[in-house]
Amino acid sequence: MTRQLTRRSFLKSASALSGTVLVIGLDAGNALASAGDAAEFTPFVRITAGGRVTAVVKHFECGQGTATGLATLIAEELNLALDRVEVEFAPADAATYGNFLFGGTQGTGGSSSMASSFMLYRRAGAAAREMLVGAAAEAWGVPADSVTLADGQLSADGHAAPMGEFVASASAREVPAKPRLKDASAFTVIGNPRTARRDNGPKTDGSAVYAMDLHLENQVVAVMLRSPRFGGTLVSFDDSAASDMPGFVRAAALPTRTAVVVYGENTWAALQARDAIGAEWDFSRADNRGSGQIKADLLAAVNGDAEFDAKGSAAETAELLDGAAQVIERDFFFPYLAHATMEPLTCTIAPTENGVMLHDGCQMPTGAQMAVAAVLQIPHENVEVTTLYAGGTFGRRSTQTADYHVEAALAFALAGGRRPVKLVWSREDDIRGGYYRPAVAHKVRIGLDEDGRIVGWDHRVSGTPIFKGGPMDAFIVQNGVDSSSVEGAHDTPYDIPGHHVGLTDDRSPITVNWWRSVGHSHTAYVMETMMDLAAAAAGRDPVDYRMEYLKGGTADHARMAGVLRLAAEKSGWNGPAAEGRSRGVAVHKSFGTFVAEVVEISGNADDGIVIEKVTCAVDCGVAVNPDVVKAQMEGGIGYGIGHAMRNEITFTDGEVDQFNFPDYEPLRISDIRAIETHVVPSTEPPTGVGEPGTPPSGPALANAIAVAGPRVTHLPISTNGVNFA
Amino acid sequence: MPFMLNVNRQTFEVDVPEGTPLLWVIRDELKLTGTKFGCGVASCGACTVHVDGEPTRSCVTYVEDVEGAGITTIEGVDSDVSHAVHRAWNELNVVQCGYCQSGQIMSAIGLLSGNRTPTIEEIEDYMWGNACRCAAYQRIRAAVRRASEILEA
Repeated sequence: MTRQLTRRSFLKSASALSGTVLVIGLDAGNALASAGDAAEFTPFVRITAGGRVTAVVKHFECGQGTATGLATLIAEELNLALDRVEVEFAPADAATYGNFLFGGTQGTGGSSSMASSFMLYRRAGAAAREMLVGAAAEAWGVPADSVTLADGQLSADGHAAPMGEFVASASAREVPAKPRLKDASAFTVIGNPRTARRDNGPKTDGSAVYAMDLHLENQVVAVMLRSPRFGGTLVSFDDSAASDMPGFVRAAALPTRTAVVVYGENTWAALQARDAIGAEWDFSRADNRGSGQIKADLLAAVNGDAEFDAKGSAAETAELLDGAAQVIERDFFFPYLAHATMEPLTCTIAPTENGVMLHDGCQMPTGAQMAVAAVLQIPHENVEVTTLYAGGTFGRRSTQTADYHVEAALAFALAGGRRPVKLVWSREDDIRGGYYRPAVAHKVRIGLDEDGRIVGWDHRVSGTPIFKGGPMDAFIVQNGVDSSSVEGAHDTPYDIPGHHVGLTDDRSPITVNWWRSVGHSHTAYVMETMMDLAAAAAGRDPVDYRMEYLKGGTADHARMAGVLRLAAEKSGWNGPAAEGRSRGVAVHKSFGTFVAEVVEISGNADDGIVIEKVTCAVDCGVAVNPDVVKAQMEGGIGYGIGHAMRNEITFTDGEVDQFNFPDYEPLRISDIRAIETHVVPSTEPPTGVGEPGTPPSGPALANAIAVAGPRVTHLPISTNGVNFA
Repeated sequence: MPFMLNVNRQTFEVDVPEGTPLLWVIRDELKLTGTKFGCGVASCGACTVHVDGEPTRSCVTYVEDVEGAGITTIEGVDSDVSHAVHRAWNELNVVQCGYCQSGQIMSAIGLLSGNRTPTIEEIEDYMWGNACRCAAYQRIRAAVRRASEILEA
């Protein structure tokens, strides 16, 4: 079945085993115009003669609910119940399935899936509806506007038929240039608070297939023995102790000298053999520092002049601070963090007639495709991708080097290119394998006048840039500033007078990557801690004080103030805290979404703090699946709080100190007693929800702790003499 | 070497070295992939199966120790408790990435099989070792309560 559609014809019929299939796409037109001519018409929905509807989803599903979300858009415009729409992941084909928010690259990230799909998938569903209605109207000799489509049935006065009957004739019809979209007031699926996730069934009966679950015939399992320090290169290895281990196949040095690949007939054999192999490494170009030194270096950087200015001028702000009635000053440190997806990294590369098939919980099909093609020296279109369910990502399944895809491709090539090769990372590989949230230091000095009003705010940041020097450098880096290091600070919605944000890059071979909410994962903590400190210095309530800086009348101010007000109201902020309880608040905008959170705690730092309740208010525009929005807030809050509480990746002489969950302890079921999420009703276009719940959670917790305990500015919180019950 | 295993009421002969974790026998030999590899050191619970009805971490359970035992994986559960748990999980949209959920469900079935009306504290104690990196805990807790309600109805 071809997926090439011409510019003018927008509907295409093709035959499949089940009979005639209607493939309906839409003119991506305006939305994709900026991506050039690459994307033309995109097949997003298929309907069979049997009336089976499939949403072809251009994103992967890592738990964020996008598969359900995009199916919801198709169901809405077809007037179908959501459970009548099947979900299928799109193949790798950036021209067809590119993400216009990523310049046409096919991939998922930046909480962009719904934002980039809302109109696209609705138009696809609406076009399908119009074509089917038109076909029925013609056959019945009635006006099109007298025909309705609902629950898979076409009907008009005196006529009725299942929509499948008109799939063939609809495919021959002219394409509606601008299909009529349903009015929001008529929505029954979009916004329905009780929709069921489409992946509930397979994810509860064990049948959902993740990349880790693949067993292709004749496959060999590959694991990597990597350099124990970042930047180390392989000198030699000795596999004699593994040679007669059952299931051990062979070992080989990667041509990159970054690892020894160990092949086994099964996973356990490969892991066991790896343990028996010794290797010698050259660390002369490695980062051999320990954590103490890394931290000292970063803090030294933010206590000096910034390398680049992201906003304002250091000199002008310095003058304002000189004239201030008082100056509040704090430095902050955020450790390296691993993503620790529940499913460790894995993918399989299998030979095909003219290339390979990559089986992967594939976050960035275009990047993976290009990287594998480059390693194997074949045209990228000969690298096909089968996207499977992903056992979490938090950003890790996409890196700018396509690191694990490259490893798999090298392992596939070194194995001769005839056997499918399944690359498996163990949990230890994952915790110790890099691509971390960078370690970052901040230094902030705020000047206040006699009335406690901010007169100047000097903010300096230092960390390893994520984008600089990578393939997206030209899009992200401006005037030397990698915006992923300062986002959430230099572009804060708060009206901050005399605001200077400076950045100094830290350079280390320790690999870094985007991690759920990227720069916001640390900037929100700093902004919201400093706001609380300023409010305290001014003798003001933390919510009221923040509101002073959201009075500019902009849409951002209104929405940020809106969630702050709602979270305050729902948490009972304006009344006294219950006996023995403390509350902290934080609000932040990320990825176009506004989230405010109030954390309520009991206990104390010595005997143990209990997180009693998190009250969350979110404004993400139209909430397509409100229950998914709530689930993402719950998950984002848990992710943020868990890491803020006790997670860090540390180093001794360049080697990671942590190995597995026992020393990178995940959030557990008893750590947060309750989370309550309130979704702001909105008619604004939908924005993302996968990441924005995370940024305010850590600072809201820290602000609650600071009410009666220490003010924590060096994370994780547990390293500051604060215990959790 | 050959081992005879009873998994989901079927007998299998597998030829693996002594010391092979049950997890890898189930996944790589029997191809029952609903049981997940998460950590390999019994600290996440994704690999939880029932051995003679008891939730057990299959990643640190060795093949030679479970010959003759009745092993049940997520694919083989079928009881009033498992039906209630599945229904509750679906009603509350518990899953996100879903990778830990086989283990969560096997633990929940274990809990409710022995105690049909657990308190919140009992749920948290029992489910503590099942990590969910998506942090779906709020719903896991609520779904165990809901399954309890279904069972008691």
